[in-house]
Amino acid sequence: MSLSAPPRLLEVKDLSVHFKVYSGVLKVLDGVTFSVDAGEKVGLVGETGCGKTTTMKAILRILPIPPAVVPRGEILFQGEDLLRMRPDQMRQVRGPGISMVFQDPTASLNPVFTIGEQLGPVIRYSAPENRGLSRRQIRQKALIPLQDVALADPERLLDAYPIQLSGGMRQRVCIGMALATNPELLIADEPGTSLDVTIQDQVIRLLGELVERKRTSVILITHSLGVVREMTDRVYVMYAGNMVEVAPTRRLFANPLHPYTRGLMEAVPKLTGGGMAMGIPGRLPSYQHPPSGCRFHTRCPHVMPVCRREKPPFFQAEAGHQAACFLYSPEAERHRNEAQA
Amino acid sequence: MRLLAFLARRIYQSIFVLLGLSVLIFIIARILPGDPARTALGARAPQWVVERLREDMHLNDPVPVQYVYWLRGALGGDFGISLVTRRDVANDIIEFFPASFELVLLAGIISGVAGIGLGTLSARHKDTWVDNVVRILSYMGVVTPAFVFAIILLLIFGLALGWLPAIGRLSDGIPAPPTVTGLMTVDALLAGQLATFWDALKHLIMPAVALALGALSQEARITRATMADNLSKDYIATARSLGIPERIVMGRFLLKPSLIPTVSILGLDFAGSFSNAFLVELIFNWPGLSRYGMNAMLRKDLNAISAVILVLGVIFITVNIVVDLVVGGLDPRIRLRAARSE
Ligand SMILES: Nc1ncnc2c1ncn2[C@@H]1O[C@H](COP(=O)(O)OP(=O)(O)O)[C@@H](O)[C@H]1O
Ligand code: SF4
Ligand SMILES: [Mg+2]
Repeated sequence: MSLSAPPRLLEVKDLSVHFKVYSGVLKVLDGVTFSVDAGEKVGLVGETGCGKTTTMKAILRILPIPPAVVPRGEILFQGEDLLRMRPDQMRQVRGPGISMVFQDPTASLNPVFTIGEQLGPVIRYSAPENRGLSRRQIRQKALIPLQDVALADPERLLDAYPIQLSGGMRQRVCIGMALATNPELLIADEPGTSLDVTIQDQVIRLLGELVERKRTSVILITHSLGVVREMTDRVYVMYAGNMVEVAPTRRLFANPLHPYTRGLMEAVPKLTGGGMAMGIPGRLPSYQHPPSGCRFHTRCPHVMPVCRREKPPFFQAEAGHQAACFLYSPEAERHRNEAQA
Repeated sequence: MRLLAFLARRIYQSIFVLLGLSVLIFIIARILPGDPARTALGARAPQWVVERLREDMHLNDPVPVQYVYWLRGALGGDFGISLVTRRDVANDIIEFFPASFELVLLAGIISGVAGIGLGTLSARHKDTWVDNVVRILSYMGVVTPAFVFAIILLLIFGLALGWLPAIGRLSDGIPAPPTVTGLMTVDALLAGQLATFWDALKHLIMPAVALALGALSQEARITRATMADNLSKDYIATARSLGIPERIVMGRFLLKPSLIPTVSILGLDFAGSFSNAFLVELIFNWPGLSRYGMNAMLRKDLNAISAVILVLGVIFITVNIVVDLVVGGLDPRIRLRAARSE
């Protein structure tokens, strides 16, 4: 035991999430496996609806249950399975362990509380030594995260309501709140997507500087391949509730393997929303009746008979570069021949 | 300062509303069929006595003139003499209003606390059996009139079990406290008469609960719907994801935005309870304003009817102003919008 490598910061294994809705069961996440090392910045890309946000909410255990159910999987954070934690233990992971910046800053802020009223409890419960502080002391501490995200006049901002701020300011407040807990791992879900392009750039750059300075590990979800290229060490590509490819960022751009990733790369470099997969005709399959085998087979230009039968595991192409596709199986030749037979 | 300006504006607006209401009341009261003077004196009174009363009541003058007489009196707190009780209507109102107010106030408190509580419970256990039970019961509560509850409660707790007194505000032999607020329970406490307080409270419970059940159900439904909706909002997920304890997430970050629609309904229910109390007061023989108003209508007691409706109008307007203040206090968006439009 003592010789084994230190546990990874986050290791998600075979995670499934279903939603039980009126019309049936949506099998959204189907065995998601991925990991983040300490200090690493990991990108996550994939078209809207592929399950990125669901994966992140499952990690923080903030999915609405019901309708969500987690039939199987492990989420190891610093070696401990979050799915087996008691609620009070889990609460201590949230914040100082893992925190998250949500997709829409306007919806993420409570409309009927001031920024100070929202930031205050975040600071109070982010560290045991903050529990006993007076309101004044908490307020003093709350200025720091606002200064960190380069917001002018933080004193006044503490008494402002979200409606009094611009979209860019709200986004900065959200980032400030998520970093105020000094998390080991920050999840940033499409930060700035709802803002205009220049402000979006500023926000992302700011986020990059902050995590660099604080040495925070990051999962960055984005639609912008440019941002991925600039800001991440490694990238996961997700399709219909599966991780389909992972590689060091430069490798992925130099040599995308999975047919879905190739399609993404052929699409215009900076895409938003549903346009993500414009290089590939078709749409995401239904989660209620997902395709058998490889969930991408309904859109794949290279589909083989085996793809309909079996779900492809990750095949290693080179160190750290894996693709969940039978084209990279050691038996790829045989699979192809079966197609011609 | 902004608060004072708001109040001043609302009170100023209310004057016109009340004036309009007074015209309406007056016209309706005058077009009701039948002769109020004859009704007052009874069928056997000689015609010339009726004529003289008509003259005294200005019933022979043109309607606009009658209105001016009436309004002038009403402004000075003089609503005339009740044709039935033969007493000053204003005195009647002062005597009967506190009993109704006490009843409606307790009903409001019960419905607010239990409605919000049940709604919260239901939302937190959404789509489980708890939620289903609350939803079915509250649906029944909404469609059942208060007087039906009153009769059911009276039969069970008043007659069959005999746990609670069936009629009136106090039992025989229990000394009434000196009148300060007119609210029997409050006055008893002020006078330190605990036995009287307890007896008065027992008299209050059944009519208050009968009155509260409908409002309570409505408030539970609204609270549940808003909370269940807000529970899936990103700001709740955000608060949770930042490690804020669940009791603060629920008790503060979910509760406050979810109360806004409930408070509006609560206000309407509270004001509406005065008219719902008509039959409830009758059933429990509760000496309140609503029963007084009901009797006035049955006997075509014009002065009393007009005064009661005007009092209800003032209550409605006051409650609305209070609701606006509370909602403004809960929701900065409304406050800020109001400030900008000034
Ligand atoms: N609460 C929910 N109830 C039912 N379906 C949901 C719920 N949340 C997410 N989903 C479904 O899960 C799928 C993935 O959604 P999401 O994780 O938000 O994708 P992404 O973040 O990649 O755009 C979508 O089809 C969505 O409809
Ligand atoms: S496994 Fe088959 S269907 Fe799936 S991506 Fe590879 S070739 Fe296409
Ligand atoms: Mg998303």
